[in-house]
Amino acid sequence: MEIFIIIIGAIFVNNIVFSQFLGICPFLGVSNKISTAVGMSGAVVFVITLATLVTFLIQEYILIPFGLEYLQTISFILVIASLVQMVEIILKKITPSLYQALGVFLPLITTNCAVLGVAIMVIQQNFTLGGGLIFAFATAIGYGLALILFAGLREQMELNDTPKAMKGTPIALITAGILALAFMGFSGLV
Amino acid sequence: MKKAKSSFINMFLTLLVVCALAGAALAAVYQATSAPIQQARDNKQEEAIKQVLPPFDELKTEKKALETISIQSLFHKEAAADSLTLYHAFANGEPVGTAVESFTNKGFGGTIKMMAGFLPDGSIYKTAVLSHAETPGLGSKMEDPSFYGQFEGKNPASFNLTVKKDGGDVQAITAATISSRAYCDALSTAYSTVKPQ
Amino acid sequence: MNQLQNFTKGFIKESPTFVLMLGMCPTLGVTTSAVNGLGMGLATTAVLVLSNIIISCIKSLIPDKVRIPAFIVIIASLVTVVQMCMEAYLPSLYASLGLFIPLIVVNCLILGRAEAFASKNGVWSSFVDGAGMGLGFTFGLTVLGMVRELLGNYAVFGHKLVQGDGILVFVLAPGAFLALGFIVAFINAIRKKA
Repeated sequence: MEIFIIIIGAIFVNNIVFSQFLGICPFLGVSNKISTAVGMSGAVVFVITLATLVTFLIQEYILIPFGLEYLQTISFILVIASLVQMVEIILKKITPSLYQALGVFLPLITTNCAVLGVAIMVIQQNFTLGGGLIFAFATAIGYGLALILFAGLREQMELNDTPKAMKGTPIALITAGILALAFMGFSGLV
Repeated sequence: MKKAKSSFINMFLTLLVVCALAGAALAAVYQATSAPIQQARDNKQEEAIKQVLPPFDELKTEKKALETISIQSLFHKEAAADSLTLYHAFANGEPVGTAVESFTNKGFGGTIKMMAGFLPDGSIYKTAVLSHAETPGLGSKMEDPSFYGQFEGKNPASFNLTVKKDGGDVQAITAATISSRAYCDALSTAYSTVKPQ
Repeated sequence: MNQLQNFTKGFIKESPTFVLMLGMCPTLGVTTSAVNGLGMGLATTAVLVLSNIIISCIKSLIPDKVRIPAFIVIIASLVTVVQMCMEAYLPSLYASLGLFIPLIVVNCLILGRAEAFASKNGVWSSFVDGAGMGLGFTFGLTVLGMVRELLGNYAVFGHKLVQGDGILVFVLAPGAFLALGFIVAFINAIRKKA
């Protein structure tokens, strides 16, 4: 039951884009086409889950035992940056097809605050390793869902005749606002 | 000045030096700020105790075990302790009230910590929120006097500490029933430790 | 470009919030009130100015290939310093900004300025650039915070103008997107005419 609450809560109720405002830059940047949105989502799910695993272990077995919690930000961001690089290299060697699909998005992920944000949230909300991984995975799925939904809408919007001043970012922001309103309907579910 | 070359030894040394300097600088700042940070936290605690109790000149701290311990979970570490801290206040040797540091895990954004002040007869004097992660603009209104004011002077023995929707006496915050319920939950937990036997 | 232009570009012409759309996460996340926007803006400015100065000082000592990791380490340490000082001396602001303080690290504005400006220019210009961009960012956040607070709570900097609840949605998540969308559209309309 609890696992269900964590998953639904992370995907819908506290959707990382629409209610936590994390990872907005790539959300606005790469959401022009559904195909790129799908690629980006895949990469984000992969990296967030992996980064949460590693940062959790670092917090639990290095930072806390040595009383170095104040190095959290700096060590997490370094780990995430090197992790992204490593994933890129490994994917290139082992599964070139997956690399082709996700490769171009990987460098962008280092500066995606969703990754660092989720890593810190897992620590702050007192998750265990299992709970943290489920939470991170579900949050990332929520991110992907938001990205793909939004890309679908923007593809349609290309064809519409929007007022000149609204073209581009403003109409995208307003669409995101309306989507966020829709997602508010999920609050109270858990 | 000539630009440093990207040889392996150069790259390695640069990163090593940058990281070492950064680590040293952070350690220094941490040393310098850890005392003020602790001070700020203690202040907040003290402020809250003073805020929720009538004037007092002496304070005695007591740890009291809870009857119902928060549920064990596979996915969360034990989020809060199984006991509450009580601050018994005295003025001129007479007990004037008790402040209870209470919590709930039922908030919309997780844990809410609060300080609740009770008079010796068990009625609520004042309450104050210590920390919360509720939605700004909705659940965060529990820090508004219009919400917490309704508890002042009420005795939970006769005042039902549940929201009106659930058949109680508490006027919930508009569009934030979950946060209101959580507030009541934390307050009930606090009351359970000071309830006159 | 003279230093005055260098300083003022962050406010309108290259406003990070309304034109370049950089650092969107804190922009939308913390602007539930004008005070929060201002606090976040100033914290970011502090980090940006310091990181620009440090990076322009040591730019020639850092090999190109490890440039980005070195910048990230510097920025992350500055953020932690700001975070600790804030927790010590401004605890209530620290509590209301929460998660977004450590996330200054991944604010693309800071790494962007380091890469695009500080690593190519002198110390003084980098300082002016950082201060201008940072204050421009602060200005954008404060404006957005004011609009949302005014509509959502009928208040300016915490002072109630009209009693009542306001249009709640503007304090909530959707309102952030809507308010910013309309402000950007408004600015676009003016720029196109001018």
